[in-house]
Amino acid sequence: MDLYLPIAEMSVNAIVIILLGGGVGFLSGMFGVGGGFLTTPLLIFYGIPPAVAVASSATQITGASVSGALAYWRRGQVDLKMGGALVAGGVIGAGIGQLIFRQLQMIGQIDVSINILYVLFLGLIGGLMLKEALGTLLAERRIAAGGARPPARLRRHVPWIAALPGRTRFYKSGLYISPLAPLLLGGAVGVLTAIMGIGGGFIMVPAMIYLLGMSASAVVGTSLFQIIFVTAATTLLHATSSKSVDIVLALLLLTGGVAGAQFGVRAAQRLRPERLRLALALIVLAVAAGLLFGLTVKPAALFTLYGPQ
Amino acid sequence: MRTVVAIGAWLLLTAAAPTMLITDLSQGRIDINTTFKGADLLVFGAIQYPAGAVPDAPPDIAIVVRGPAEPVTVRRKARIVGIWVNTDAVRFESVPGFYAVATTRPIASLADDRTTAIYEIGLDNLQLSPASGASAAETSAFERGLIAAKRQAGLFVESAGAVMVTQGVLYRARIAIPASVPVGDYAAEIHLIRKGRVIASSSTPISIGKSGIERWIYVMAQDHSLAYGLAAVAAALFAGWVASVATRRP
Repeated sequence: MDLYLPIAEMSVNAIVIILLGGGVGFLSGMFGVGGGFLTTPLLIFYGIPPAVAVASSATQITGASVSGALAYWRRGQVDLKMGGALVAGGVIGAGIGQLIFRQLQMIGQIDVSINILYVLFLGLIGGLMLKEALGTLLAERRIAAGGARPPARLRRHVPWIAALPGRTRFYKSGLYISPLAPLLLGGAVGVLTAIMGIGGGFIMVPAMIYLLGMSASAVVGTSLFQIIFVTAATTLLHATSSKSVDIVLALLLLTGGVAGAQFGVRAAQRLRPERLRLALALIVLAVAAGLLFGLTVKPAALFTLYGPQ
Repeated sequence: MRTVVAIGAWLLLTAAAPTMLITDLSQGRIDINTTFKGADLLVFGAIQYPAGAVPDAPPDIAIVVRGPAEPVTVRRKARIVGIWVNTDAVRFESVPGFYAVATTRPIASLADDRTTAIYEIGLDNLQLSPASGASAAETSAFERGLIAAKRQAGLFVESAGAVMVTQGVLYRARIAIPASVPVGDYAAEIHLIRKGRVIASSSTPISIGKSGIERWIYVMAQDHSLAYGLAAVAAALFAGWVASVATRRP
């Protein structure tokens, strides 16, 4: 079924886009990640202009995060104070990211920059996840073989975060730290949201646990809470500045994504979490390797055209 | 005898009254709607010879359909530390968003280079107005790159032998308009060529525009971008909420 996208100005196969959203949604439901880091490169690979892919992917993530955020909200696992600080930083970061995006667009380096950022982040995060997942699996083998359980890791305090001024209490997160820390973290992820079209959950969640030292129960809910607001702000910024939000594309992705997520959640219940993390790490690394290969192989056409923007 | 010469001369003079081209299109407006996946434009018409005298030799026709011109920056990729990155660029000031030429015969055998250049018949004869300090050889390399990229996208098309002429009078050609065609005011230019000279031309306007909901969304995004952005966020939130309600387990 062919459908003409009004902003991307091209005809796409609606079924393919819905299936793409569904596939990413399946992985999101399975692993509890937003999946923006897969949506954007896949859309670009399909032929959607990068600017439209990034902006519409951000819109899609807003919608895709709602049901998860509502579920955590009902269970009281969203730290509003922490979320507010992250959102404030995130909106500022998204604004900065949007400026960088426009600048890169003007000098014609946006495509390659998006790809390089993806390779770096996916490679780094995928590598860390792989190491962690393998470590857990090996430790379990050792315990099963009669070895001693390794001592539980104490929550670390990162010195420079503890040194930030104006410490305040975040009750649900179980923290007494300066609001500057979540503000800075939110800002850094916000920049990436605007440039890469990702929610940033896969960076935010480990950072909340390992950098801020948040208690695990509030991490995912608060991350989803901040993702909704920061991707919404990103949508607004892209809509008013680069005019590249394709609402039809976003809703197609969302349709598939919602259905896919349900299957993903069910599939995840039959698998062990360590195995899941290992599989996710491998998928992330595979996407990174694919993008890296794309950057280094000689392109079929050396000349590319850029419109008047 | 004198009267015969006078009548003959008069006939010759009226014969010098121009040969005319009468043109029509299968559609003067192409609507881009939700299901748009390209269109087939039929350009057809008749050659009106003075005093209806159809010459024996078959005429040559060139049909050019072109879209609105816009500036385009062409960038060339080069390998830097193993990665292919855009490096140098040349800006072309007037690149038609769409250009299709259909002719009765290969362009090189229609007329000399000067004539085809004047009437911009053929992809090699487009006046793209490069604006850069690069050398002529460099500029022409970029120009070839631009034309190749546009051809690849189906937006530049050259088809020799695509114009059919019936009995030396009626002509027609089909021009394929791809789905990625830019919107705007187009023109179908028809040139009648005889012995290497353009002896008649006509131009018929075509408008290509979005219609229905496609147009509405596009206009909102362009002219009311903040409202559009808010609506996009609201639509995404609403869709997410509906999904959450629909899939919540009892």
